[in-house]
Amino acid sequence: MSGSRDVRGPAAPMLERIAAAKRDRQLGALVDAIPYARFLGLSAELVGEEVITTMPYRDRLIGNPMLPALHGGTLGALVESAAIFELLFRAETALLPKTITLTIDYLRSAAPRDTFARGSVTRHGRRIANVRVEAWQADRAAPVVTAHAVFLVMREEARRDPAAPER
Amino acid sequence: MSDQPPKEASPNAVPAQRAFIDSVPHNHALGMEVLTMEAGGALFRLPYREDLIGNPDTGVLHGGVITTLLDACSGAAVFAALPRLMPVATLDLRVDYLRPAEPGRAVLAHATCYKLTRNVAFTRAVAYHDDRDDPIASSVGTFMLSTRRGAPKPEADS
Repeated sequence: MSGSRDVRGPAAPMLERIAAAKRDRQLGALVDAIPYARFLGLSAELVGEEVITTMPYRDRLIGNPMLPALHGGTLGALVESAAIFELLFRAETALLPKTITLTIDYLRSAAPRDTFARGSVTRHGRRIANVRVEAWQADRAAPVVTAHAVFLVMREEARRDPAAPER
Repeated sequence: MSDQPPKEASPNAVPAQRAFIDSVPHNHALGMEVLTMEAGGALFRLPYREDLIGNPDTGVLHGGVITTLLDACSGAAVFAALPRLMPVATLDLRVDYLRPAEPGRAVLAHATCYKLTRNVAFTRAVAYHDDRDDPIASSVGTFMLSTRRGAPKPEADS
């Protein structure tokens, strides 16, 4: 991706990559640092004010060769990733969010084509963040998947004051 | 898991259903292995691979890998419980991530289809390293059974 800072080099720890992504409003280097995101071919970019995560079609994403349709697991990975990118980009998350639960509704079968996802943070507490995600293909109004995820996050103030009794 | 296995998959059905699972491109891409697939449940194994890492600082597998393993294994449990091969589609899947997978170790998944009705199959699954009672993740799922080629005809009512 475009970038000249050392922090984007292959050895940069994730927290530095996160900080750089926010500062530069570019998620590409951060996404590329995640091996499994590369395996899926994911990319994330800021479109207007939205973080849009894209999973381009590849034959190896197929889960049902009879239909054919994308593997439900790849869609789960896409929406979980989109939720995490949204949190990293929007929130003051100081650590990589840890997924606690992920609930996925499969609304229609996903055709062998590019898939897009966007997360929105419904609540960001001191330790817990709730994120809803939609994934769609040709028609954003007809999502293939909706999901919600609960993450363990730690803001800086919570790390300094772990006794604070808030969720 | 002591769930009652769903009734009578015909003895000849499972090989065809297993062949279908073995033909899934994404299962191959991840390196998933089907260890057992029978009416009482399915057992899958996913060897550790560096290109499946979610956090490069720790080497822990991405949650999406675990989700995919649980989804695939749950789907296989449904296939194995059905009297014949028919299309199924995941309706919903809820995954609880209980602890990180340990870097360098293969992950096993065991799924059961604990209820089969005319239209819907219900599954439970766990992902673990070597102790099913100390899971990495657990899931519940529902699967729609296709009616395009006729539904199975158990005594179910939904």
